[in-house]
Amino acid sequence: MSRIGGLGRRLYNGEVSIDFVGRKRLWYIISGVIVLICVLALGFRGLNLGIEFRGGASFTIPQATCSIEEARAVGEAESGSQVIVTQSASGSINVQTAPVSADQSSVIAGSLAKACGVAKEDIKAQVVGPSWGAEISKKALQGLLVFLLLVTIFLSIYFEWRMAVAALVALAHDLVITIGIYAVTGLEVTPATVIGLLTILGYSLYDTVVVFDKVKENTRGITGQSILTYNDAANLAVNQTLVRSINTSIVALLPVLAIIIVGAGFLGAGTLLDLAVALAVGMAAGAYSSIFIATPFLAQLKSRQPEMKALTGRVLARRKQGGASEASGTAVSGILTDTRVASGPRQQPRRQPRSRRSR
Amino acid sequence: MAPNSGSKPLRLIIALAAVIAGLAVWAFWPGTDHGIRLGLDLQGGTQVILQPKPITPGASITEDQLQQTVAIIRQRVDGLGVSEAEVTTQGSGDGAAIVVAVPGVSQDRLLSLVQRTALLDFRPVWGLYPPTSATAVPSESASASPSLSASPSLSASPSLSASPSVSASPSGRALKLATSPSASASVSPTTSASASVSPTTSASVAATPAPVPAESAAPVQLVQSKDNSAAYQSQVAALDCTNPQNFAGGRPDDPVLWLGTCERDGTAKYNLQPAFIKGTNVTGATATLPQNGVGWVVSLTFDSEGAKALADASTQLTALPECGAQGANPCNAFAIVLDGVVVSAPRFNEPILGGQAEIQGNFTAQEAKDLASILKYGALPVTLEPVDITTVSPTVGSDQLRAGILAGLIGLTLVMIYLLIYYRVLGIIAVLSLVIAGVVTYLLFIVLSKSIGLTLTLAGVAGAIVAIGITADSFIVYFERIRDEIRDGRSLRVAADSGWVRARRTLLAADFVSILAAAVLYFLSVGSVRGFAFVLGMTTIIDVVVAFLFTHPLVVILGRSSWMQRGSRWTGLDPSRLGGASVLGTISGSRRRRGRTDGEGDGSADASATTQGEGSA
Repeated sequence: MSRIGGLGRRLYNGEVSIDFVGRKRLWYIISGVIVLICVLALGFRGLNLGIEFRGGASFTIPQATCSIEEARAVGEAESGSQVIVTQSASGSINVQTAPVSADQSSVIAGSLAKACGVAKEDIKAQVVGPSWGAEISKKALQGLLVFLLLVTIFLSIYFEWRMAVAALVALAHDLVITIGIYAVTGLEVTPATVIGLLTILGYSLYDTVVVFDKVKENTRGITGQSILTYNDAANLAVNQTLVRSINTSIVALLPVLAIIIVGAGFLGAGTLLDLAVALAVGMAAGAYSSIFIATPFLAQLKSRQPEMKALTGRVLARRKQGGASEASGTAVSGILTDTRVASGPRQQPRRQPRSRRSR
Repeated sequence: MAPNSGSKPLRLIIALAAVIAGLAVWAFWPGTDHGIRLGLDLQGGTQVILQPKPITPGASITEDQLQQTVAIIRQRVDGLGVSEAEVTTQGSGDGAAIVVAVPGVSQDRLLSLVQRTALLDFRPVWGLYPPTSATAVPSESASASPSLSASPSLSASPSLSASPSVSASPSGRALKLATSPSASASVSPTTSASASVSPTTSASVAATPAPVPAESAAPVQLVQSKDNSAAYQSQVAALDCTNPQNFAGGRPDDPVLWLGTCERDGTAKYNLQPAFIKGTNVTGATATLPQNGVGWVVSLTFDSEGAKALADASTQLTALPECGAQGANPCNAFAIVLDGVVVSAPRFNEPILGGQAEIQGNFTAQEAKDLASILKYGALPVTLEPVDITTVSPTVGSDQLRAGILAGLIGLTLVMIYLLIYYRVLGIIAVLSLVIAGVVTYLLFIVLSKSIGLTLTLAGVAGAIVAIGITADSFIVYFERIRDEIRDGRSLRVAADSGWVRARRTLLAADFVSILAAAVLYFLSVGSVRGFAFVLGMTTIIDVVVAFLFTHPLVVILGRSSWMQRGSRWTGLDPSRLGGASVLGTISGSRRRRGRTDGEGDGSADASATTQGEGSA
């Protein structure tokens, strides 16, 4: 603890400062490359949609005694189409067919049960009509749009529109990466995956809101001084919330990892695992983007404002006068500590009374 | 800012304790169910999602139609006799879906039940009988007859053993049963007997002796015939209307044939003539409460074809004796047959010539409305397409539940360990808060299972697990804020409150976004997504409540203790490590050091750190 706590202190005071905002080009490039890979994978490989989206039937046979080949033979004979057969670690076999009628599915389940030595009732079967998937997708998309609209309104009121835009850019970044991971790895996309994605909507924004809240606090009345640029103040906010971001991300990821371990170890593919994988990727991306994308992007948007431009001009002019110590970029950290909230005039003689008073 | 001290924190904790105690009492109230209702994916069973489509293409589906459809399906599913069967709608209008979930029932059976189309028609009643099976086997006739003559309420005495075997019985000897005079008196002459009234009269089974064809009535098939033949009549006699399968409905009848069927609550049996009006002839039906009337009535209007048929039929039927009494065949009543079972069987008071009719009876408002909507929409007002059928075996279900609980426990343990290591004493508060949030969640599940029929699905379990991390997040946001305040030179006592003032804003904003996401998901999605969204939204609210009523007050109380204020390293708030003001005075040294490294050590450093907090709140 002490080491992290110490780091937290140094980050908070600005003794250690990672230049998140200033090196935005680097982060943009990193994210850009990842996003590009994801988009390309989406374009060329596409998503491996589960039967819930394309229609079809799925039969999961627990403790199957038959081989994959036997199951495939039975499945293809009964459904008259190609089937996908997979076996999980726990020994259950999953057979997926093209869309079939309900009656057909009952026949297939019966044959599979006979071939694999289990009772028909023990087979987990799911039959999905081809149009239903489109319906689910449409609903999910509708939900996404409504949510984005509401959240933009909320963030615009609570913060300002620039923060809303930056938060949404970070959110889009997280979603594209999460979906892209599915395209790259070929993992099956199920409704549980969609649930995971939609949860990320909330979570990614939660992260960003926490960071932006600090940015907002640090930049209150920033135009009234000429020591800090908006970029500096925003960067300090990210540094100050860094420990928190790391902690919240770890704590949020721990249960998700537990789901993945239990899901993969005991159940094989299923609702829990699908959900957890999407969540893990999305949460990691969300933690990254709130620090590396959202805030730099916000700073960029803000620095286009006339008053912020003026501020930057004043600050740079002042630093020039300040002399050699300011020449190197790293010295910015020092400035931050001193002047973080150098807005008020009543900063002068506070120190003595406080340190005495503190007991 | 002026952090609010005093006895307030303790009061908040007591308030929370009261809430929890209240929930616990509600959840474990004696005589009620104490379990959490499990979804099908956790207990096994079949779930079918049906998508309603309008019968005429291009039309849209009204809320009324949807409710009517659900009512019909529920009636059929209830006929299965499975408790906890669930029929719900999700969404509305054209995007609506009907979810039918029945534990422990196979896919084939449930599908055949819900998928059948239903028909509505009006048939003149030939005979009204008690619901029990009047079997052809002489030895059982003894058991059948007393139930007829003795009791006015005929819903009792299920003779289940007779029902499946009866039709196959080779010796089809029928029985002539005497009508009980006392029973016939129970029909009030003033009401035009709705079926719920009429079965209180007894009836005679007028089946003439005839051999029963072996291929005829299997119990799941409707008893129908071209004519009122002896063979058909003995089948009707054999029909056992106390067997739920026979009054579940869902088997559309052929309107041009005779029909032997049951009242839909299984309290009476009918022999019905071919239909004289079809559901499509009904142009309107409303439940109304007449000014001078006794109870609710259902007003009906018919199209010209229906009006003519009604005029003819009513003229003929009013001349006939009352149904049930003296065992008249045919008798004065017509049956409203929905889905193969009798919904209601009113009597004609007079010939109805204008195409407008009124069904009277001792209807409650609800009964009248239900009957009106049945009449208005005919049978199923929509066609149903099964779009998602999921069958889970009980073993898989319990495996999934176990895995979910295991994952939850592992996740919870990991989070607790992390919080304890990182935040020490504050970590204990966080762990306690998590435990309290967990207890509240558990109690709420039980209470909501009871009150609104919430079912916990695997997706819901996943939502609860994910919520562990998100709940812990809010404690971290608060604790880090306290640390920031201490770094700014505040004492723990002050920081506990001033940190809270800032953390609170962040928490509310961030949790609002989470709840927004959950709400949007809940209202715009179907199936498992909804269960997940509900749980996530619920736990987010619990998170806020616990943070406000437990975590913050407890930190404030601890902050007053001298041990915490000394800032031992076990408190997790050791000022020297955090770099804040310390009672031991180490801080001034560190500050000075820092001052030297600063580019501009003009002495404003420490002051600046304190000004910031003052401005907020």
